[in-house]
Amino acid sequence: MSSLSAKGVARPPGQAAPVSPFTSTLLGEERSGLLQRLVEGLPPEMLQWLSGYLAGLAAQRGPLQESVPAAAPVPQAVPEAWLTIIFGTQTNNSRMLAERLKSQAEASGLSVRLYRASDYPVRELQKERLLYLIISTQGDGDPPDDSRGFVEFLLSKKAPKLEQLRFSVLGLGDSSYPKYCEVGRVLDTRLAQLGATRLQERADCDVDFEPVAKGWLDHAVGRAAEELAPRTSSAVVTPLRTAPPAPKHGKEAPVVAEVLVNQRLTGRGANKETRHVELSLGDSGLTYEPGDSLGVWPLNAPELVADFLSVLSADGAAEITRDGRSLPLKQWLTEELELTKLSRPVLERHAALSKSAELQRMLTPEGAEAFRALLKSHQIIDLLRIWPAPWTAAELVRTLRKLAPRSYSIASSQKRVGAEAHLTVAVVDYTAFGTRHMGTASYFLATRTGDEERVRVFIEPNERFRVPRDPARDVIMIGPGTGVAPFRAFVQERAETGGKGRNWLFFGEQHFRSQFLYQTEWQEALKKGELHRISLAFSRDQKEKIYVQQRLREEGKDVYAWLEGGAHLYVCGDAQRMAPDVHAALIDVISTHGSKSREDAEAWLSTLRDEQRYQRDVY
Amino acid sequence: MSTTKPPALSDVEHIKTKSRRLRGTLVESLADPVTGAIAASDTQLIKFHGSYQQDDRDSREERRQQKLEPDYSFMIRTRLPGGVLSPAQWLALDAISQQYANGTLRLTTRQAFQLHGVIKGNLKSTMAGINAALLDTISACGDVNRNVMCNPNPVDSRVHEEVYRWTMRLSEHLLPKTRAYYEVWLDKEKVAGSGEEEEPILGSTYLPRKFKIGVAVPPLNDVDVYSQDLGFIAIYEGERLLGFNVVVGGGMGATHGDAATFPRLADLIGFIPPEQLLFVAENVVKVQRDYGDRTSRKHARLKYTIEDRGIAWFVSELETRLGFSLQPARPFTFEHNGDLFGWKQGHDGRWHLTLRLESGRVADTPGARLLTGLREIARVHKGDFRLTANQNLIIAGVPAEARAEIDALVAAHGLDGFRRSSPLRLNALACVAMPTCGLAMAEAERYLPQIVSRLDERLEAHGLQKEKILLRITGCPNGCARPYLAEIALVGKAPGRYNLYLGGDVRGQRLNRLYRENIDEATILGVLEPLFAAYARERRPGEGFGDFTVRAGHVSAPSSPSPSSSLSS
Ligand code: SRM
Ligand SMILES: Cc1cc2nc3c(=O)[nH]c(=O)nc-3n(C[C@H](O)[C@H](O)[C@H](O)COP(=O)(O)OP(=O)(O)OC[C@H]3O[C@@H](n4cnc5c(N)ncnc54)[C@H](O)[C@@H]3O)c2cc1C
Ligand SMILES: Cc1cc2nc3c(=O)[nH]c(=O)nc-3n(C[C@H](O)[C@H](O)[C@H](O)COP(=O)(O)O)c2cc1C
Ligand code: SF4
Repeated sequence: MSSLSAKGVARPPGQAAPVSPFTSTLLGEERSGLLQRLVEGLPPEMLQWLSGYLAGLAAQRGPLQESVPAAAPVPQAVPEAWLTIIFGTQTNNSRMLAERLKSQAEASGLSVRLYRASDYPVRELQKERLLYLIISTQGDGDPPDDSRGFVEFLLSKKAPKLEQLRFSVLGLGDSSYPKYCEVGRVLDTRLAQLGATRLQERADCDVDFEPVAKGWLDHAVGRAAEELAPRTSSAVVTPLRTAPPAPKHGKEAPVVAEVLVNQRLTGRGANKETRHVELSLGDSGLTYEPGDSLGVWPLNAPELVADFLSVLSADGAAEITRDGRSLPLKQWLTEELELTKLSRPVLERHAALSKSAELQRMLTPEGAEAFRALLKSHQIIDLLRIWPAPWTAAELVRTLRKLAPRSYSIASSQKRVGAEAHLTVAVVDYTAFGTRHMGTASYFLATRTGDEERVRVFIEPNERFRVPRDPARDVIMIGPGTGVAPFRAFVQERAETGGKGRNWLFFGEQHFRSQFLYQTEWQEALKKGELHRISLAFSRDQKEKIYVQQRLREEGKDVYAWLEGGAHLYVCGDAQRMAPDVHAALIDVISTHGSKSREDAEAWLSTLRDEQRYQRDVY
Repeated sequence: MSTTKPPALSDVEHIKTKSRRLRGTLVESLADPVTGAIAASDTQLIKFHGSYQQDDRDSREERRQQKLEPDYSFMIRTRLPGGVLSPAQWLALDAISQQYANGTLRLTTRQAFQLHGVIKGNLKSTMAGINAALLDTISACGDVNRNVMCNPNPVDSRVHEEVYRWTMRLSEHLLPKTRAYYEVWLDKEKVAGSGEEEEPILGSTYLPRKFKIGVAVPPLNDVDVYSQDLGFIAIYEGERLLGFNVVVGGGMGATHGDAATFPRLADLIGFIPPEQLLFVAENVVKVQRDYGDRTSRKHARLKYTIEDRGIAWFVSELETRLGFSLQPARPFTFEHNGDLFGWKQGHDGRWHLTLRLESGRVADTPGARLLTGLREIARVHKGDFRLTANQNLIIAGVPAEARAEIDALVAAHGLDGFRRSSPLRLNALACVAMPTCGLAMAEAERYLPQIVSRLDERLEAHGLQKEKILLRITGCPNGCARPYLAEIALVGKAPGRYNLYLGGDVRGQRLNRLYRENIDEATILGVLEPLFAAYARERRPGEGFGDFTVRAGHVSAPSSPSPSSSLSS
């Protein structure tokens, strides 16, 4: 909600400055009177001081509501000219930017309404004058979970004409995905198509979103101020609090955690290495909830850095400057830059340098499929080796993306492990093009085995992946592979909380013998009654492949009965194949055992999603 | 042990009682997807069906840290009276091992096969496969009569044929009557009385402990008849089988540091004509069934029943049940308890080739492709195969003209070890031990090749390389390779450490004695060195190493005179 100071000045137009009788619905008759008398005849600088004083008071009486308003605000409390900011997020980057935009806008005296997409009452769109949309892209060009409804509505025929609306979109994304910032792009086009006017060009932010986002935000505030500027500037206040205090921890302020345990979970004969990593949060005061992820800032593998140096035949000690910072090449490559994940900008530059027609084709619309395949199968080093190009070290350093942190679902509950965070890490380690390839962060974590090893981490809250508030609710958890990680946290949490709710886990991997992650813990939990049911699918233990979705269908009757009984449903793990297959299986189960048409089943399931009873954390 | 109120029955007795004739919760256990193991009580019952739950001890600790349960798998043991099977059956077991087990076959010291590493999910298919090959695993383990051994004597096949037929009948006669095996493994539907089958011989809770029968055909004592609960020694005139001498109360098993447990040689109690064989065996079993100690597993074998109550008591108890008395034992002589390697011609002119298979392990290794070789042989062989009590294999009933082909296959696949190996290596036995045996304290099978080479070096140094010295190694004192009858025995005490026993004969008629306790390889070689030297210097013509160590007083002579000496003429 907008702050008191801002509201104080946002007055119906056409009234004489500086101050004249008015009644604020917020303050009510009496207080309005008092305030009126108080400010009567005060000189501007006094008013300035007072506004700051009040803002300070407000700050002392507990922070201004940071979180998102659940319901739409009381309409008449909203001045006629206001800015509405809507964000859609999975890992809170968009939210963080949206909140920053809000406070910057308020700081320049605008009245602002901030909404999470899922909370926005779409019918109000026609009332909006000025809308800023900050939204990320998930899955394979999909909206974040909290924005599905909003996006569906906007793209549907139900979407109203929006001639009255001026807008701008900030898209968040990752250029190593083929559908880069897809959602932002699509909504930007759609709003225009619905008749709205683009107030400012859309910007797309890559994982290192700060630079682009900052530019867009600053400009956006300015444009909004112009749009909404009250005729008189006299009462535009600058409260003391201009921006929200920088959070103590976060992506940019990670905590250094000590590695307590780094244990391989997969046995002999497993085709994969999956590890259990226990980190100490020490006295950082860092706290998390089951369902949250841990952001990990990795370093690139020394071997890979060496490979880059030899491909460039450059000297690691050479000083190179980027963004005004000058560091030795080796340090750029080890600490600062993304060396594995290929991204569009890097490919574009490389295609140009290498003069490879093949690569250049991939960047055209016809090349889309080849491009997609390339991203999946090639790391940057492969590009450099297969399509040689005359890179200079300096140019490469300036072209490569900033190294981005990786997320790992937290596999523990603080109610059980205190100031620790446990992770379940599948180590990306494969051979391609005749050489061994590693994943930056998973390999980095896998090799933090010595004593005194430290890792820079931060919490990525995810309140859309939470155990039911009511411990009496049953839960069905579908988490094959490392998707099981958050459910280890869930089961610990619910065991520590107590409560009658039953826990049903669906787990799958390739082999029972070597890849039954946390097997002995699940056996314990079953004995103790902390886990009530487990359904297992080991795909390669028999001729025909068996996956969790098949178990879901086999157990369909009970699955449906549990859901009917109010159970919450969770899916975590692979986004490409597993999540869609599981979704399809759920539709089957619901239509078969709830004797519903596919459409009704779909509807039933999306109601479940809206009630936050069908939550997914897929990657 | 005289206590006022009768001590409680052992847990296993309770499990057997509740088991509905050995069914227990096996079906449920097999269906449980969360573990590769079966319920604790079922691990006792599954033995009666011929299988043991085991786990890979090499990876146990590592898996604990990986939050994985032990790598459970199952050992499956066949019932193979007298160790005789057809080439088709060999091929079937080979195929089953490739598909479901660890790709090796293990010939045991009781003339049977063991498959290792069968995971729970494959147990039923494996059992079904074995059954389809007209073989079974019933009573291969458990508190019942185990695989009945008999000398696969290829030299005089007429007597052998007859003795073998009796062996088959003994095994069949003493089988449990429960249909549990068919219901659990072969999905045969329940018939009336399922779960309450009569067990007229074994009783509703079966025997107090395992029970073993072996039949020897002198002059060979390859079955070590004195180590059996019940032994029969064939007495024959020329080609005519007259009957059997009866020995009772033998056994090897002991526990380190528990004086109440010990190996024991069986007592010779008389002679019976062939037609009394089944009746006598049945009643010996019944005496043990009714008097064996069901309160302590360590004290439950027939040898302790007899040790506690006296052999005189036993004979009279037996004879009362028989309603007649045994005839006086007949004279016989044992020459040795080893195998006769190489080609031997039988009475009908056909040939028999005895192959050396170290520790009975049939596997393909870079050195020798034994499994493949025997597969090739099984494909062309028209006779049968016979497993010996010394973990070796006889390719029996080969017509003269087929010998060359077999010889070629034998040579081509490194199966001709018997031609090249030193006498020490040829006759040595080792039990399975690590990594599958849950009771192993030290290596045995995996250690045998190394220790034999070290010993051969020393023997050679003393010019003893041609001496036929009998070495047996076990990973623990249970004595699965019958070590207490060897001239040199190593009995596992801890990883890399063994108790050294000396002074057995090569006829299976004298127990050896503990010579040094808990010593490592260096010490073993160290203490044997002077004995080899003395043996080389002071032995009498034809005197074996074991006999020498006793005569020269390096080990004390056994308290009781060796069993048959009183009779052997
Ligand atoms: C395979 C075999 C040894 C070999 O290398 O060939 C063997 C292997 C085992 N024996 Fe044995 N015994 C084998 C012949 C023997 C013999 C020799 C004989 O029977 O002539 C003996 C000594 C004679 C006797 O019974 O006294 C023998 C005395 C034992 C004992 C001690 C019994 C006792 O009364 O103390 C045990 C432990 C037990 O029963 O508690 C045992 C237990 C075992 C087990 C099943 C361990 C267990 O109980 O968990 C071993 C399985 C190891 C593995 O991984 O395969 N095994 N076991 C032999 C299988 C024979 C067969 O086909 O049935
Ligand atoms: C919310 C969330 C939660 C997550 N939770 C977990 C978790 O609990 N556990 C977990 O292990 N991971 C989890 N992940 C995934 C994790 O964040 C990383 O993406 C993963 O560990 C790989 O990162 P990396 O740095 O090791 O590999 P990168 O350095 O990102 O390398 C990956 C690159 O290597 C290439 N590549 C990878 N594998 C292959 C292959 N087999 N064949 C060919 N090319 C290949 C691809 O080009 C890919 O771009 C989660 C992700 C999200 C978003
Ligand atoms: C599982 C997953 C899938 C993603 N898919 C895409 C994609 O298809 N296109 C894209 O541009 N970005 C994609 N991203 C990158 C995110 O949009 C990017 O991390 C963004 O900063 C997230 O912002 P948020 O925290 O507001 O959700 C994906 C990220 C994740 C974790
Ligand atoms: S002797 Fe001991 S170690 Fe060897 S197989 Fe028998 S029980 Fe196992």
